[in-house]
Amino acid sequence: METRGIRIGVGIWSGLVIAFLWIPLLIILLYAFNGPVIQTWPVGGWTLHWFGQAWHDPEARSSLWLSIQVAFVATAIALVLGSAAAFAIHRFRFFGRESVSLLLLLPIALPGIITGMALNSFYVFAGISLSIWTIVIGHAAFCVVVVYNNVLARLRRSPTSLVEASMDLGADGWQTFRYIVWPVLSTALVAGGLLAFALSFDEVIVTTFTAGAQTTLPIYILDHIQRGQNLPVVNAIVFVVILLTIIPVTIAQRLTRDQGVLRRGGAVAAEPVGEI
Amino acid sequence: MTEAAQPPLRDARLRVSSALWRRPWAKALGLLALPVLAFVVVYIGALAVLFISALWQVDAFTGKVVHIWTLDNFRTLFEEHVYRRIALRTIGLAAAVTVTDAILAFPLAYFMARLASPRLRAVLFVMVLLPLWSSYLVRIYAWRTILAKDGALNWTLNGLGLPDANLAYTNKAMWIVFSYVWLPFMVLPVYAALERIPESFLEASQDLGAKAWRTFRSVILPLALPGVIAGSIFTFSLTLGDFITPALVGSGRSSFIGNVVEEQIGINGNVPFAAAFATVPVVIMAIYLVVAKRLGAFEAL
Repeated sequence: METRGIRIGVGIWSGLVIAFLWIPLLIILLYAFNGPVIQTWPVGGWTLHWFGQAWHDPEARSSLWLSIQVAFVATAIALVLGSAAAFAIHRFRFFGRESVSLLLLLPIALPGIITGMALNSFYVFAGISLSIWTIVIGHAAFCVVVVYNNVLARLRRSPTSLVEASMDLGADGWQTFRYIVWPVLSTALVAGGLLAFALSFDEVIVTTFTAGAQTTLPIYILDHIQRGQNLPVVNAIVFVVILLTIIPVTIAQRLTRDQGVLRRGGAVAAEPVGEI
Repeated sequence: MTEAAQPPLRDARLRVSSALWRRPWAKALGLLALPVLAFVVVYIGALAVLFISALWQVDAFTGKVVHIWTLDNFRTLFEEHVYRRIALRTIGLAAAVTVTDAILAFPLAYFMARLASPRLRAVLFVMVLLPLWSSYLVRIYAWRTILAKDGALNWTLNGLGLPDANLAYTNKAMWIVFSYVWLPFMVLPVYAALERIPESFLEASQDLGAKAWRTFRSVILPLALPGVIAGSIFTFSLTLGDFITPALVGSGRSSFIGNVVEEQIGINGNVPFAAAFATVPVVIMAIYLVVAKRLGAFEAL
């Protein structure tokens, strides 16, 4: 129904918006190879020197290591809690069912600063001193919903008759889980896990409130950007961070082939909470 | 097959499975207990502590939080011009960013949903998705370098014979950067809403004699609106709660609610006042969500 002019106009606009989305990312990727210490455009004196510097920077290393540890533990917690909740919500109808979904969704529906502050004042109130575990709890809170969404979406799309058939054929709960449920779910779990990992790996707002003396990689980056210190090294690290978040997301996208679950914010309520 | 012929382990497993099958509530409870308990205790507990502490105060001498009930924090918020200005700036910019993103996103979403070939659509989808998931801090940092005096923007402008833009550390810079960072959050719900419009609706509209513009205004736009509102929930809420963007690309005079909150907690240790100020975005978002629900945005999420 669109006229030719409109089609072309909309197409050009779309191209420009995509360019707007990608040019800044490409520019910052290029800076990682910038020779001079001063940040100027255009990038020149191409070098890989800063990657080596970044690798040997003890502070960067320890914060990378902390980020990886936190992301792993938070992802593990999210996998357990998220899939347990998804199973229950999928299988059973009970009073307060909708509130459970809403509850899990809160940490990403509310601005990160609220989650961060709330946890911070909770820790202070309860006399818990800030440590790697307080960071993990903060990250797990908003990672659960990602796994939950992925698993729930998959469960909704796979027929329950499979499980019933398995039971009818005499399988016990474990066998049904091992041979029916697990093969159906495994890629959704991997995808959910990867997304949770990516989310935790570059989280910064909640972390500023839940980390004590510990520095995660995003905090390290933020600190150095604000102080304008060691920017070439930061650029090299940023290059790696971009790859480290883009790769898991790409894999997750392949695994699910499902546009809904990757909508991050949008994913939270992507599933109608009521009936199937 | 008799019971005795089965190995004991399987026997036990069968007994457990059938017991659970007969008592679904036990299974539901077993699955839900851990996540719900963890969330209620830690998260809801934390939110409760936060909002209760907005009613406490800090002892002027010791700097410690004392549990004396008071509304002073809220009174300060209303009476001090600084805070009103900061709140208005935050809300105003959040609104501007939302409108900007809607204008940028709509044609792209339209193109993806209705004009692009399936192959191109898949490519575009990934191209919108990847920036959404790539580090938000990094993307703000990218703009900080682009807008800097010796950055890519001024270089391009000078190359075209234009003067420097001088955007670094201004409210305009924050507006650009916020619009940039949250743009994918707007594109995706609008795309989803547009994609769901059945072709037959458009044909019907044409059969009834509507021209392209009329079909757009009377059929497409109303059906896409819930998607736009769904997207606006994110762009608005995320801008409202941010403090990294103002810190990195704003000036000293462009503080957001988030910056004040962070300062009060991190530097002054005044949790009660920070908590009181933090209720402002929460209340605004609560109202926003109620209105959005009325407009049917939740079905479009």
